Amino acid sequence: MRLDHLGAIDRSMPVNFEFDGVAYSGFAGDTLASALLANGVKLTGRSFKYHRPRGIFTIGSAEPNAMITLIEGAQRTPNLRASMIEIYEGIRAFSQNNWPSLRHDVMAINDVFSPFLGAGFYYKTFMWPRKFWENIYEPVIRRAAGLGSLATEPDQSVSEKAFAHCDLLVIGGGPAGLLAARTAARAGLDVILADEDTTLGGRLLYEQEEIDDAPASLWLQKLLIELRALPNVRLMTRTTVTGLYDGGTFSALERVSLHMQPAGDLPRECFWRIVAKHAILAAGALERPIAFANNDRPGIMLANAVRGYVNRFGVVPGLKVSIFANNDDARRTARDLMAAGVNVVAILDSRADAPSAENCPVYLKVEILNTEGRHGLTHLRFRHAAGEAYLATDCLGLSGGWNPSLHLACHMNGRPAWNDAIAAFVPSVDMVAGLTTAGAAAGVFSTLGAMRSGQDAALAALISLKVKAPAKSKLRLPDADDATYRITPLWAQKSDTRAWVDLANDVTTKDIDLAVQEGFISVEHMKRYTTQGMAPDQGKSANVLALAYLADTSGREIAQTGTTTFRPPFAPQSIGAMGAGGQKKGFAPERFLTSHAASVSLGAPMIEAGLWYRPSYFPQKGETTWRETCDREVGLVRSAVGVCDVSTLGKIDIQGQDAARFLDFIYTNTMSTLPEGRVRYGIMLREDGHVLDDGTTAHLGPNHYLMTTTTSAASQVMRHLDFVHQAYCADWDLSTISVTENWAQFAIAGPKARALIESLSGQPINLSFMGFVNLQLSEIVARVFRISFSGEESYELAVPARYGASLWHKLIVLAKTYEGGPYGMEALNVLRIEKGLLTHAEMHGRVTAFDLGLSSKMSSKKDFIGRAAAGRAGLLGPGREELVGLIAPVGHTISAGAHLYPTDKAPVRENDQGYVTSACYSPTLGRYLALAFLRDGREKQGQEIRLVDHLRDLDVLCQVENPVFYDNTGERLRG
Amino acid sequence: MRITCPHCGPRDRREFTYYGDKAYLTRPALEDARGWDGFLHLRDNIAGEVQDLWYHELGCAAWILVTRNTVTHEINHTSLIAQLHLTTSQKGTK
Repeated sequence: MRLDHLGAIDRSMPVNFEFDGVAYSGFAGDTLASALLANGVKLTGRSFKYHRPRGIFTIGSAEPNAMITLIEGAQRTPNLRASMIEIYEGIRAFSQNNWPSLRHDVMAINDVFSPFLGAGFYYKTFMWPRKFWENIYEPVIRRAAGLGSLATEPDQSVSEKAFAHCDLLVIGGGPAGLLAARTAARAGLDVILADEDTTLGGRLLYEQEEIDDAPASLWLQKLLIELRALPNVRLMTRTTVTGLYDGGTFSALERVSLHMQPAGDLPRECFWRIVAKHAILAAGALERPIAFANNDRPGIMLANAVRGYVNRFGVVPGLKVSIFANNDDARRTARDLMAAGVNVVAILDSRADAPSAENCPVYLKVEILNTEGRHGLTHLRFRHAAGEAYLATDCLGLSGGWNPSLHLACHMNGRPAWNDAIAAFVPSVDMVAGLTTAGAAAGVFSTLGAMRSGQDAALAALISLKVKAPAKSKLRLPDADDATYRITPLWAQKSDTRAWVDLANDVTTKDIDLAVQEGFISVEHMKRYTTQGMAPDQGKSANVLALAYLADTSGREIAQTGTTTFRPPFAPQSIGAMGAGGQKKGFAPERFLTSHAASVSLGAPMIEAGLWYRPSYFPQKGETTWRETCDREVGLVRSAVGVCDVSTLGKIDIQGQDAARFLDFIYTNTMSTLPEGRVRYGIMLREDGHVLDDGTTAHLGPNHYLMTTTTSAASQVMRHLDFVHQAYCADWDLSTISVTENWAQFAIAGPKARALIESLSGQPINLSFMGFVNLQLSEIVARVFRISFSGEESYELAVPARYGASLWHKLIVLAKTYEGGPYGMEALNVLRIEKGLLTHAEMHGRVTAFDLGLSSKMSSKKDFIGRAAAGRAGLLGPGREELVGLIAPVGHTISAGAHLYPTDKAPVRENDQGYVTSACYSPTLGRYLALAFLRDGREKQGQEIRLVDHLRDLDVLCQVENPVFYDNTGERLRG
Repeated sequence: MRITCPHCGPRDRREFTYYGDKAYLTRPALEDARGWDGFLHLRDNIAGEVQDLWYHELGCAAWILVTRNTVTHEINHTSLIAQLHLTTSQKGTK
């Protein structure tokens, strides 16, 4: 039922929506919860375990009962809280955990068997026979378990993430948060004020209150106008601050467009990371229930929710409303409702000394004996100071007191303190550095008190940030309610039947009794044994009640019993929003070569190499497999000329008077003897003696070197150089910088490589193997390195990256005239395996220079990184797995990953002699080749070894060889 | 988590790469086998204040000595290891 004269909904804008397939209508500004109540829908779902009929219990984000699935096209989002869903035209909502329908749910049979379904039921019952667990018990239980179901289609919703920085983050936009924001903003701080609700105001939006002798909404409006006008204030509504992390970092989830139909690219949610120098937690308080017999029926809801629905939405949750409470605050519900003309049939107060003068019947010392009503509350039976009574009521507003929302203050391991005066946990002082709590979150419940505490918190923040406070005249607090809050603790009333503690996970007082009886009296054990507080609502309304009941039952004080640990997120947070932007292209950055577009236009499939994309091969008309193309490209390089983009290799420019000395320290071999205009191959180790990377370094000019690294180790080597420089020789005259992306570099390899370069530059080239020269190419200077990763005469030509695309184009055209062409990664790999050259398939982090046959590159005349460790007994000498080549018999395939075994022993782990790191078909030799690590392999050259790949079902006898299969003397290379 | 880079100011920890304990700053003498064992393998697992090495990889490329508390997660101090090396090597020559 809807009242005409109350509520902040927009009556000019009706909104049609569906619930369980039935059409209803509400108004703009309604939540699904308020709209359902307005339509008289009380039954909104079935409970998790017993499938009990349940209705709306709260008015905010703590909702334990009304869990909803929303369906939009193929999108299906389960476990949303009806009290947090804003309705919009055409929204389709469904109840959960029932079949075939909400009113007639087959699984409600669980409720009948409830005596057998207590805590720990599954663990105790399904023990024997043991074999039944996997095949029978678990599948059956799994089918019955869970809440809601996910869509089977990929998530199509658009989310985004964002970052914000501020001086002060105020969490919660009620009286305390608003005053804190106002005070800080007037002092000039950068302020972010975040609130979960759709508009700012906090409890003021749900109460009938006066501020400065006028309706609170007028004061609120004026304040918001001031705040909105300030450039240093960002007001964020629909934004739940969900977590507090180290260094003043907060996570927050903004519901950007969940209140409207999905529209194009507009994100549904935005995940914020907010970094604040200081924060004020003014998140208010959450009302808590009382446990009594059958306290879970639809129609029983928190007292603040009952008046909240009336005041904010003009919705009357019942025609005969009753109130049951242990505190004065709940009386406001009765008064607001009566003032609105709603029939309040009785106030039931558990206290003996509570005021009894109200405009409706008041019963004191009330003990509720039972409730009735199958799909919704109809009657209450209770005992009171003067006897027993049976009351017809369809809505019971329930209040066991208020719990400050201090969750965030506990996210960094802080423990709250028990406060007897308000019978609740309050934040202890300095739980988190840089975070102050204020208002109801700090246990200050009156409006004026909250305002004062918010203002004081802001003033304290100003002092800690060393900012001058606003003038006294700017700090006047308005006249507002300052009533004291009186409560006599009451947690549970004795009952023969079940009394719910945690509605969301169906935990009753009996379950806690059982936990205590079985020795689970620590609050953390009780929680895990009963699953209390482990539902999507994280026990927001239930936790304190549960632990207070645990304390009573186990004969301890609440303060001793303590709380469980609060962890982020404060409220459910979609993982899709946290990972926003990380799907598809957003998963990782893409690095493109200057020749990328040209390669793609030639039909080359691109392959990932780290973040880079490199062409695999360049298929020509008539070629049907990659192998066919690869074999042709290898042939091009061996017989004519091939061109390959090798810009992905790391390039590090090293300059300074101590550059040569530094290189000696980095590489195992000596670089300081390298003359200008020459290039030298080198390997570098990690300090633990294993190979870090290999590559060439060119001496470009006086005190100027260019180091190349492998593609995959480029950033690792840069990090290593920076570390060695800064940690061990910061005083040397030395600069290092990565120039990988500044240069495009192309390998031109093959017997006709020299002719191609000469025709490109129009001048003869006379550069010996491992030489470097600057080459004038029209108006630019290119660098030419005569180095080879293919075994052929080869030149690498480097130009500033902006000329890369055009040079590539020229090279391809020229190559054609020499019967050559481009080659890709596949051919590059075959060429280097034929030549026994290394990649990180071989330098995989566990090999030493000795293993690679590079002991001669370890200078004994100087110190270098890794020298001490590389000399350790276990890292060289007999027993190591050494790099060898393997040749398969013609017609046999071999694969990387295969293992090696002696020919006379079984291919089992105990007989393992080594493994294959790289393998390919060599068109040059007409058979498969591999590089492998074989125990004492160098002395086994010429012998046979059994290669077995258990995964690919290969078993081949191979010949152990020198890893340089092709042109062992290097004649072609130097020619 | 935020780390204050001495060059760039307080930055998100995702800009940094972790390396390890500050033990890596002191290379033992070549023949000191026991020293190398300690340098490479032996670490204390401290509940409390530790000093370790971070690289501002997505920033200024500085290596930073971070003094932090593994219990409270507080970061008490950060300094440039290059600066540290310069100071100690100057002391050595004096």
